[in-house]
Amino acid sequence: MMVPESYYTVLSAILFTIGVVGVLVRRNPLVIFMSIELMLNAANLALVAFGHRAGTADAQVLVFFVMTVAAAEVAVGLAIIVAIFRLRRRLSVDELSIMRW
Amino acid sequence: MELVAFFVVAVVAVVSALGLVLRRNPIHGALFLVVNLGCVAVLYLLLGAEFLALAQVIIYAGAIMVLFVFAIMVLIPGKEETGPDPLRSQRLLALPLGALLLFEIGLILQSSVFMGAPHPGVRPGSAAPPTAAGGIQSVGRLLLGDYLLPFEVTSVLLLAALVGVLALAKRRAG
Repeated sequence: MMVPESYYTVLSAILFTIGVVGVLVRRNPLVIFMSIELMLNAANLALVAFGHRAGTADAQVLVFFVMTVAAAEVAVGLAIIVAIFRLRRRLSVDELSIMRW
Repeated sequence: MELVAFFVVAVVAVVSALGLVLRRNPIHGALFLVVNLGCVAVLYLLLGAEFLALAQVIIYAGAIMVLFVFAIMVLIPGKEETGPDPLRSQRLLALPLGALLLFEIGLILQSSVFMGAPHPGVRPGSAAPPTAAGGIQSVGRLLLGDYLLPFEVTSVLLLAALVGVLALAKRRAG
């Protein structure tokens, strides 16, 4: 029995919301970063479900590009977090208010 | 059968995502995220996207999560998030806001083409056999055909990221 695509979109919405709540609630920049990855994955899942519905492979190519960009983004982001940690010796986003007006 | 597999995997995915958000130890969060990424890979398989499932396991669960675990080990953040929370009232606001977001997405989904019968405007001819379009062959043909330029630009992006990370990670005096 085939699974309706709407189930995938609902699951992707739930995962995305959990990721958003994670970004809002947590203080550790690493966990916030992982929550962002969760959101990216939820968006990818919705995209693949849409592509499945439309019957084309274009969405899969798009998701592949998203994965590549996510890999680059994770590398740069983690390097920035490590650099900040070297500078501050603390790891909490609430203390990184140096650029706030 | 497929429906049962979907529900089992979906429940595991949601539980592991909640584990990422709720556990205090970032290492546990990273392992929960690995479980979640594996679940999404299984869902890709159910959707007939074999190439993406493989890429998900290799790139995400393999490379990216190893990077995360490395960073967590380097930064030793086991003692973080234990002190009093200065912004507690703002954090409590996050849950209703998240529920609101879910409600909004549900509204949008309900009014979209996805619920109910197939939309007449969405590729009427090719909508019937979805599994035929998802094979690795057609993905490869698209990737090296129609999407050749973005594909090559991606390599430039990866190179830029590599150089940028090296520049960031180089230890400076002072």
